Amino acid sequence: MFNNLKSALYKFFADTGARLLRQVEFSGFTLVLLFRTFFEMRFAFRKRREIVKQMYISGVKSMLVVTIVALFGGMILALHTGVEFLKYGQQEMVPVLMINIMNKEMGSFLTAIIITAFSGAAMAAELGTMKVSEEIDALEMMSINPVRFLVMPRIVSMMIMLPTLSIYTIVLGVTGGAIVSSFHLGIAPETYFHRLYESIWLKDMYVGLFKSFIFALIISSISCANGLKAENGALGVGRATRVSVVSSYLMVLISGYFITAFFYGGLV
Amino acid sequence: MIEFKNVSKSFGMLTVLDNVSFTIEEGETFVIIGQSGAGKTTILRHIAGFFDPREGDVIIDGFKMNGASSAVRGRLREKMGFLFQSGALINWLTVRDNIALPLVEHRLGTPEEIDKIVDDRLEKLQLSDAADKMPSDISGGMKKRAGLARAIVRNPAIILYDEPTSGLDPVMSARINELIIEMQRDLGVTSVVVTHDMSSAYRIADRIAMLYRGSIVECGTPDEIRKSSNRIVQQFIEGKIEGPIET
Repeated sequence: MFNNLKSALYKFFADTGARLLRQVEFSGFTLVLLFRTFFEMRFAFRKRREIVKQMYISGVKSMLVVTIVALFGGMILALHTGVEFLKYGQQEMVPVLMINIMNKEMGSFLTAIIITAFSGAAMAAELGTMKVSEEIDALEMMSINPVRFLVMPRIVSMMIMLPTLSIYTIVLGVTGGAIVSSFHLGIAPETYFHRLYESIWLKDMYVGLFKSFIFALIISSISCANGLKAENGALGVGRATRVSVVSSYLMVLISGYFITAFFYGGLV
Repeated sequence: MIEFKNVSKSFGMLTVLDNVSFTIEEGETFVIIGQSGAGKTTILRHIAGFFDPREGDVIIDGFKMNGASSAVRGRLREKMGFLFQSGALINWLTVRDNIALPLVEHRLGTPEEIDKIVDDRLEKLQLSDAADKMPSDISGGMKKRAGLARAIVRNPAIILYDEPTSGLDPVMSARINELIIEMQRDLGVTSVVVTHDMSSAYRIADRIAMLYRGSIVECGTPDEIRKSSNRIVQQFIEGKIEGPIET
């Protein structure tokens, strides 16, 4: 009985330790990959065609989904808050709230969530498939640096497209708010956009964009690292894709909180 | 010259190579035979620098591959071509672009010069008709030939072949065999070939090594292997069920 308990405890601590070590090793791998990517960015001009191709894949192809989510997200937000504000005759606060929330948080966050599912998962699956089918080994055999050839164009394209799509999400989100405000809350579009324009703060805009830039680095580096670490055939590719999506979501949430706290005074 | 000096390799608790030593001379075609999982591909991957041995050294042209910096590995790999079992073609590039890839990436010529070299390799491997096709649109055998065309496009001094004739019809297998012989005869290429195909091994090999349970149990010319008194070797080359090899 005592021996069984002892061996179970031993196994528990050994497994936990091994898992922790793997996680630390993977985090280190991801960071090194990111630094190597920064180093390889000096070849960005030479790889411009691949970067543009990746911008099309990760940005343009996801625009339909981004459009629907941003528009309806803005409409839902405006409807919920507008109905409450209407009770107190404060419905003209809706545009103020909309632009604040979209600029500070929802623009970058909504886009990051969509892009993680749309492009991050595709990156992990694509690189994972290349890894298990020996294509990355083949690149190394040809003395072609996989970071320069595969990872750098993906990370750079994400760094350009995520902030761009965030601006697009903000514009569509507040437009959705304008539609709801006009039809359900009786706020004229000119009043809505006038109040909205008065409530735009430069700091909110650059913090929002900074967030989306950081989210881009997080999503693309985690997805590429998971893809490059994939093993054991199709099962491994599936696992890499799943882990990359879950890890990206978690890191976007956690880093989003800390960036907000850093810029708006919560880190004291 | 490729030297394996007392190389051992384990994956977890499983020992795949156990104190393996051999030397492959420049211009020689060295064939490694053995059961699936015997460690043949592991030997190729050590030569290519994908694995470092647990013990021992892998020396390529006087330079130690194991423990070498990525720059040294890169320089040593520039002398090598590797034909992967599946061809390992980049799936979003056409056959032509795959073959041209090492030349384009290292800027080894003008576009016209690169086209000329690629056309030559396409013709050599009877792939001209498939030049503009994507890897997903061609057969397994064609993928392998395209992989070989890419492996030889930079005229490497050493070519590593992982099962070059598996999945090919007998005529195409014979064509690949002739190509390996041609490369050795005309360009003095050193070839290391991993195969199960005994007729191919006899046709192309200067020497054959039989790997069994992580160790080389016999190494010699095709004639010496045919006449070997080792029961493991005889069972393997004759493809018998009864014998010392555990299935």
